[in-house]
Amino acid sequence: MDFEIPRIPLGSWIESGLNFLTTEFSGVTRAISRTTQAGINLLNDGLMWLPEWALLGLIVLLCWRLSGHRLAIGGALGLALIWNLGLWNPMIQTLTLVVIATLVAVVIALPLGILAAVSDRFYRVIMPILDFMQTMPAFVYLIPAIPFFGIGSVSGIFATVIFAMPPAIRFTTLGIRQVPTELVEAADAFGSTRTQKLVKVQLPLSLPTLMGGINQTIMLSLSMVVIAAMIGANGLGSEVWRAIQRLRPGDGFEAGLAVVIMAMLLDRLTQSFRGRKRAK
Amino acid sequence: MTNAQQTKIQVRNLSKVFGSDTKKALQLRDQGLNRSQILEQTGQTLGLSNIDFDVREGELLVIMGLSGSGKSTLIRCLNRLIEPTEGDIIIDGENIPQLSEKALLQCRRRHFSMVFQNFALFPHRTVRMNAEYGLEIRGIPKEERAKKAADALKQVGLEGWEDSYPNQLSGGMQQRVGLARALANDSSVLLMDEAFSALDPLIRRDMQQELIELQHRMQKTTIFITHDLDEALNIGDRIILLRDGEVVQIGTPEEILTSPADDYVARFTQGVDRSRVVTARRAMRPVRATARAEDGPRTVLRKMVESSLDSIYVIDRERKLLGIIDAEQADEAAKAGAESIRDLIDDDYPCVGPDESLSRLYSMFTNRHCPIAVVDEEKRLLGVVVKGAVLEQLATAGEA
Repeated sequence: MDFEIPRIPLGSWIESGLNFLTTEFSGVTRAISRTTQAGINLLNDGLMWLPEWALLGLIVLLCWRLSGHRLAIGGALGLALIWNLGLWNPMIQTLTLVVIATLVAVVIALPLGILAAVSDRFYRVIMPILDFMQTMPAFVYLIPAIPFFGIGSVSGIFATVIFAMPPAIRFTTLGIRQVPTELVEAADAFGSTRTQKLVKVQLPLSLPTLMGGINQTIMLSLSMVVIAAMIGANGLGSEVWRAIQRLRPGDGFEAGLAVVIMAMLLDRLTQSFRGRKRAK
Repeated sequence: MTNAQQTKIQVRNLSKVFGSDTKKALQLRDQGLNRSQILEQTGQTLGLSNIDFDVREGELLVIMGLSGSGKSTLIRCLNRLIEPTEGDIIIDGENIPQLSEKALLQCRRRHFSMVFQNFALFPHRTVRMNAEYGLEIRGIPKEERAKKAADALKQVGLEGWEDSYPNQLSGGMQQRVGLARALANDSSVLLMDEAFSALDPLIRRDMQQELIELQHRMQKTTIFITHDLDEALNIGDRIILLRDGEVVQIGTPEEILTSPADDYVARFTQGVDRSRVVTARRAMRPVRATARAEDGPRTVLRKMVESSLDSIYVIDRERKLLGIIDAEQADEAAKAGAESIRDLIDDDYPCVGPDESLSRLYSMFTNRHCPIAVVDEEKRLLGVVVKGAVLEQLATAGEA
């Protein structure tokens, strides 16, 4: 007997769902798109307006103050190399995307993380969603971004935020839940309200963990904004993407190296900030 | 201890079940099943069962039990860090288990301050800011709370450490900060959860002594949890003994030691150094004979011979103790033909209150041969303690 189980049309359901969202909420998506684009332009123009040497000097100073002379020297050499290779402007564009994506991700992640820390029910709901967000191949987010926000940097940021947000949520939740029970009891015993407990005890004590989450978010943002070049986000990613299309491995490696230098600088900087907080 | 004590907290029928079907567990309890049977049948733990006790205004009440006896649960039920399953906890007319969330916050702020076993100091706050915490969340103005925190830190001897962080202090000092944080709050009841258990023995003794002094000075109602009987006997005005979530005995340290409610308590109190706890009242005997100041030396001598005494205490009409006279002196006075013994009374004699501990009495015997006089606050002679009686008490303490 010829019996065939019909294929579940999961893909087409998702598509019609996305179509529905795109058409019904076009006003919302357009508003988001405009605001985000304005933010990108503002930050990008601001960073571009500074002459290369001035921005380089500022970053090196920051490295020196936050970490020490070793990071300052490494930062100066790395940035000088990027400048020399003619990748300065793409680097600024990438930096802009990372900064904005991280900001948006953290602003969304903090309240969600706090909520997941205080409510067990919300925790049980959000954890599988976070697993989903983190294990879904990152490229997949690029596709719905286009109908929502069109080709370009805004779509890149949308995909990046979804991809980079989970660790910030997780670390926030973890940090708050790790606060020793006795300290929470102490706060309760003296009659603290929930908000007082959160602001005066739980958040300050989870700060190191929280900074670890933000560090992760920044690193994931960087990796994603590079991939987002495939849907038209500019920056170092598009340099790599162009090198692939033209089969020019040399150009590709140069742009890749610039990404590595950025990643190391951002990582060391945020980590030294975290260490400083703890030492205090 | 002051007399005419008022009741500060009434605990009635307090029970706590850990689990989801608390009704079932309580039903089984009422049918007479014990803790382990209930656990077996329902998977629920009967943490506390039908606890009844009063806390008196200004007393230092010790709740003592081994681990798993429910003492930590009990103290946490008082301020509802743990929700009681049933029962009443009445403080100044308010029934705590029935308070709304908002009223509970107010109740905690007004009535309870807590000191924790592992100090539970906020590591990101300085000593001063830790001490200010309770006042800060109540919205007390900055200057007032700085003053109160400074006072509290002074009380516990931490002046000059205000700007340190907790991790820069030793364990003993950290717990002083914990105590200061509780005192600064000026709440009516102090809850101390195994507050000294994490300290090493020497520091622990000091802290116990300081707590006793502080408590006498401030007359603050204190509930102190401990698993250490020595500690309980040392600091408690009264002790509540808990076992398997039930009250086994409530009484003064002496009552617990001398008339244990059952075998469990008796076994438990074995090996305690009773000399510190059993008091002069217990070892004292009625006075066989006393002299009056106006008695002649021969009368006094006869009294001593009749009662076979080497020396005799002299009292006045109201039984107030005037001094002591020994046989030799009385004999000399008789030979010299003195009319009364008034001029011979020696006012250098060993004398203690009825609550003095045996160990202290024992040390007094080393350089005196006469019995120790036990007097009340009016200096009226209640009885005497002879060396043999102290030894006897110490000896029975060993067997018990």
